[in-house]
Amino acid sequence: MSAALNVFSVAAISFGAFFFLAGTIGLLRFPDTLTRLHALTKADNLGLGLIMLGLLPHVTWPFGALKFLAVWVLAMVASAGASQLVARAVRNKR
Amino acid sequence: MEAIFSIELGLLIVALALHVVVGRGTFAVIVGFVAYGLVLSLAWMGLSAPDVALTEAALGGGVTGTLLLRAHARLRGAKGDQQPVGVFGRAAALLLCGGVSACLIIVVLTLPAPAPTLAPQALSDLAATGLGNAVTAVLMVYRALDTLLEKVVLLLALIAVWSLAVDRNWGDRPMFESGRGTNGPLIFLARALIPLGVMVGIYLFWVGADDPGSAFAGGAMISAMGLLGFFAGVCAVPRVSGAWLRIALVFGIAVFLVIGLVGLAAGSGFLTYPSNFAKPVIVLIEVAMTLSIGVTLAMLVVGPPAEPSQS
Amino acid sequence: MSIATIFGICASLLIGIGLYGLIVQPHPLRKMLSFNVLGGGTFLLFGAIARRGAAAGLGGDPVPQALVITGMVVAFAATAVGIAILLRFFEETGEASLRDPMKANSKELDH
Repeated sequence: MSAALNVFSVAAISFGAFFFLAGTIGLLRFPDTLTRLHALTKADNLGLGLIMLGLLPHVTWPFGALKFLAVWVLAMVASAGASQLVARAVRNKR
Repeated sequence: MEAIFSIELGLLIVALALHVVVGRGTFAVIVGFVAYGLVLSLAWMGLSAPDVALTEAALGGGVTGTLLLRAHARLRGAKGDQQPVGVFGRAAALLLCGGVSACLIIVVLTLPAPAPTLAPQALSDLAATGLGNAVTAVLMVYRALDTLLEKVVLLLALIAVWSLAVDRNWGDRPMFESGRGTNGPLIFLARALIPLGVMVGIYLFWVGADDPGSAFAGGAMISAMGLLGFFAGVCAVPRVSGAWLRIALVFGIAVFLVIGLVGLAAGSGFLTYPSNFAKPVIVLIEVAMTLSIGVTLAMLVVGPPAEPSQS
Repeated sequence: MSIATIFGICASLLIGIGLYGLIVQPHPLRKMLSFNVLGGGTFLLFGAIARRGAAAGLGGDPVPQALVITGMVVAFAATAVGIAILLRFFEETGEASLRDPMKANSKELDH
């Protein structure tokens, strides 16, 4: 049972790391601020979500899972708001 | 395996530091500095110091970055030639700093082999204090005087920042630019994040009794939420001469001092806690400290009082 | 090579890099950045020494860790005062360099 959970964790975290890698490559290779924002939000939402999913089997007590989910939701809200602000600054500069 | 990860992390930190120090473009360098703070907190986790990692992420990465970004935005129109240091000056500085680093590396490599440590002594009295976190015990019990004096240093720094105001503005609000009340996404962000952030800050200090956490990390979180409110325009920046502001600023020091003097009056010495009652007293001090630290850090970033007409 | 030694070497390099920036960078804001890099390196050196003191079930010696927490807050306060002085100086003179404005003006008058 715990071996299967470990395999699941490793798989989920690896996928999450892959999304972070994809987001970083997008940040480095895309030409424009707006396209880079697009790449980053993919990394933030999916990458962080998959890593959280992979860590869920290892919580020590059930409410710890709620803490993980809260971290993910907060990170998404913050990054979504920040992306809007960056996009607004880019549009105002044009 | 862990050593390889630590070496990679160390290389990343050194690379970020080089970018911050010799990079071009002040804005990119400040963003690199925020990243440097966050990667440093990862290094602190690698060094098995979660309390310090929390404080570094909150203070070093977040609030210092805000301070530097605001300063950069206001210094945009600065003129005056920056006379760079000549080649010989740079070479001399390089030699000096290389020598300092080399000596420190030698020191690190030749540290005494059974490392002297105070961990057993810190743990031996932990049960009497009622706390479970040794770092909190060191901060609030064994070295409580250092923590009290450090709060006073924070307050003195704030008074120094306030004293830089133009004389006729003394007592006004510190000025805040940036389109107050018009930036929709920012207002949404403030409304969504401030309640959660304040709750996380309170949780950070509350859980510091038994798990990693401290009043400083919690206070930094609360100050960051306050700054978010100031930026968005949902909270008005308080007047420097306001009574509530000044009470909030000295509240932590006052509670700490009163409890210390009560210990002195009870005959057992300054800043000693009653033996069966230690944990509630410590938590009371920490509550006052978190509030004061939050307010002080936010007011430090906001700066001295200024003319209201410069919007 | 233990973890503490690796981070200790990294911290020594950070101190050297921060010190170089503090000496060489002409702009005061960049000097403050280098000062903070120097501070981060110093604290990390403390942390490496604390990690070596792991004993009695703890991951690291708690006393240097508590010192570092205090030090970080004081370093931030120092940075805030430095930035406030720099901003006030900029408001008064319109420039942000550490050159003495009186001396510079008199030099220009001589020519």
